Amino acid sequence: MSSSPSLRLAAAGLLCIAAAAWAQPISGIGRAATPKEVAAWDIDVRPDFKGLPAGAGSVAQGMVLWEAQCANCHGVFGESNAVFAPLVGGTTKDDVGSGRTARLLDPAFPGRTTLMKLSTVSTLWDYIQRAMPWNAPKTLKPDEVYALTAFLLNLGGVVADDFTLSNQNIAEVQQRLPNRNGMSTDHGLWPGKGFGNGGQADVRAPACMNDCGPQPSVRSFIPDFARNAHGNLAEQNRLVGAQVGVDTRPPGPAGAAAPSAAVATPADPGGAPKALANTAGCLVCHGVDNKVVGPALRDVATRYAGRADAADYLVQRIQAGGSGVWGPVPMPAQAVSAADARTLALWITGGLKP
Amino acid sequence: MSDRPVPAGRLIKAPEDFLSPAGIRTVATEARAGRRGFIRSAFAAAAAPAAMAQTKPVPAGGGDPHILNLPEHSRGLGQGVATHGYGRPSKYEANVQRRMSPGLTQTAQSSVSFAPLQSLFGIVTPSGLHFERHHQGWWDVDPTKHRLMVNGSDASLVKKPMVFTLDELMRLPSVSRFHFIECGANTGMEWGNVAVPTCQYSHGMLSCSEFTGVPLKTVLDLCGVDYRRGRYVLGEGADGSSLTRTLPMEMVESGAVLLAYGQNGEMLRPENGYPLRLVVPGVQGVSWVKYLRRIEVGDQPWATKDEALHYIDLMPDGRHRQYSSIQECKSVVTTPSGGQVLLDRGYYNISGLAWSGRGKVKRVDVSVDGGRNWKAARLQTPVLDRCLTRFSLGWVWDGKPHLIQSRATDDTGYVQPGYRQLRAVRGTRSIYHNNAVQTWLVQESGEVKNVQLA
Repeated sequence: MSSSPSLRLAAAGLLCIAAAAWAQPISGIGRAATPKEVAAWDIDVRPDFKGLPAGAGSVAQGMVLWEAQCANCHGVFGESNAVFAPLVGGTTKDDVGSGRTARLLDPAFPGRTTLMKLSTVSTLWDYIQRAMPWNAPKTLKPDEVYALTAFLLNLGGVVADDFTLSNQNIAEVQQRLPNRNGMSTDHGLWPGKGFGNGGQADVRAPACMNDCGPQPSVRSFIPDFARNAHGNLAEQNRLVGAQVGVDTRPPGPAGAAAPSAAVATPADPGGAPKALANTAGCLVCHGVDNKVVGPALRDVATRYAGRADAADYLVQRIQAGGSGVWGPVPMPAQAVSAADARTLALWITGGLKP
Repeated sequence: MSDRPVPAGRLIKAPEDFLSPAGIRTVATEARAGRRGFIRSAFAAAAAPAAMAQTKPVPAGGGDPHILNLPEHSRGLGQGVATHGYGRPSKYEANVQRRMSPGLTQTAQSSVSFAPLQSLFGIVTPSGLHFERHHQGWWDVDPTKHRLMVNGSDASLVKKPMVFTLDELMRLPSVSRFHFIECGANTGMEWGNVAVPTCQYSHGMLSCSEFTGVPLKTVLDLCGVDYRRGRYVLGEGADGSSLTRTLPMEMVESGAVLLAYGQNGEMLRPENGYPLRLVVPGVQGVSWVKYLRRIEVGDQPWATKDEALHYIDLMPDGRHRQYSSIQECKSVVTTPSGGQVLLDRGYYNISGLAWSGRGKVKRVDVSVDGGRNWKAARLQTPVLDRCLTRFSLGWVWDGKPHLIQSRATDDTGYVQPGYRQLRAVRGTRSIYHNNAVQTWLVQESGEVKNVQLA
């Protein structure tokens, strides 16, 4: 690059000006938050109850709210394991006295409920307020949060049936939590100085290089019957490479009709046809691998595997409906476009890639 | 049956050993269909092991048909530029996906998907394959409407509570840094025994990106923070769960904590917190709050759900550790790894990933005999602070069973422990922070299995 001396001088001058500008403090970025804005978002509640709004709610009120808004996921008694880990169970009257959940010492006790672990009641209150109900978070009013907290604590035997929880008595309830003394911050995994042991590691492993340790023996592995529990691993590895994935499908007639490549043939990356089958309602009546009302889609694919016009035939069947081929229950005509019907037909004849 | 060339250098005993399980199924199907000729050819191939044991055979016809018959892409016109305004992987890469572990969770919104570590190279995780952890479903948040608020637990902790738009945050001086992010529960299913087949599921709550953003300290300085009293910082998300987590002010003051909007040269992906998330290097992923809407400065920690009730480590004495955060030094061999099969004897490049939440990886040792003897692996550059480091070591497989392990050491001198050492302190029920040495068993068949040693 070349330039005249005068231009270079001018450029140098500009650089000086720019350098001076860089030294300026940051300004013109952001604005003051209004008290109303802060109030709208600053909803956190600390263990010392800073941030806790005034209010009250009874166990009885909580039960009504619970059954309407919470029981479908958590169970009527907070015991359900169907959607989330159970909230209630595993604590005793003795634990309320000692502040240590005794069953946490029992490796045979299955699972750990929220009340078995909870050491600060503010944590429960804060979380219900910010994140519950699951599909409509932040819709509960403070009194409702008090009521639900009271109801859960009642299920765990922490407060009586006629109890009303409020900002006035929540500190007393804290002193009854079954696991209030069950926590520790004495470890090396906190990256600050406020608590912890200053970053000391639990284990100081040796860096032995030769003739180390005992002769190894395998004590744990996945049994053969569970080989396919995570799906066919051949389809979870790249087609090429130093290694390929192991075909974990069970041998035998059930697998015989499936595509024969040991590695998956490329599928549509988005999985679009299956999503379409879902939105178009196909999967309501047809499982991919199991019969529901109609036949399994895999069985459909197998039946027509030898037909050159299988896709055309299925397009027609999807759009016009039919009966008698798979039994007496008719399939109604489906209101899907010709293009979508073809996508679905090709998905079926192409092996129903997930 | 696969159209792979027949492996050389390997004794082929019987059709059952030669054919893949799928190939056997094909034989069975074809037999039922009356295609005997196919079976004859399959048996003929299997009956000639001696000829194939030393050299790779030249196919009948004098050469590889993929060489002799020019493929379509060599004889035709390809596609034009900008066919895809945003390019995508080859359709042949469709197996390389992030995946859920079946049965781990009952909902997809409060769940995890695992990155396919077994198929990745180098240290950067492609953004579309980055592992996911959502607590209440992910959102694609409109960046023009997203705001960041900074306030204090009381009026004196932050002199001037402020709000910022993305436009404003992106005007501030930015940095770009490579860091790993690992969920505290990564490898958590393996505390008691082997539970999952591949490194995708055992170690795949791990990813690494170049993150771009503004040091949080820069923004706190604009708000006038009382750093003497304000020793804790709360990050809060804007999504349904509005996840909150306490950070120590020491980390913020070090300049390491970022308000990040960039990931691998583009904006964050929605699944990873678009348009703004915290980057907290070396600390478990739950602290990297996504959809970040608010920072609060406080004089004590908050005991939020995800630091005081979940993400807590149960110790053998029945106590839980709260606020556990740092991801200690760890490594895993990704190739070869569980669920893969070695196609042949001979040379392999054992390769994997090592990382430490306390600094840089200093060395990685690799064993192929279950930890009796170790060799130092090569560390591939760059070797960065609180970042994945790729290591590798050449190895000739003799066709015998081997137990492959890796063991990382970080620049604090900390050596990655074995299961025996770790369980002696932490028991088997802590769920979190399992950084034990991983073992893969290479079987005589070439199949690699996830195993744990006595």
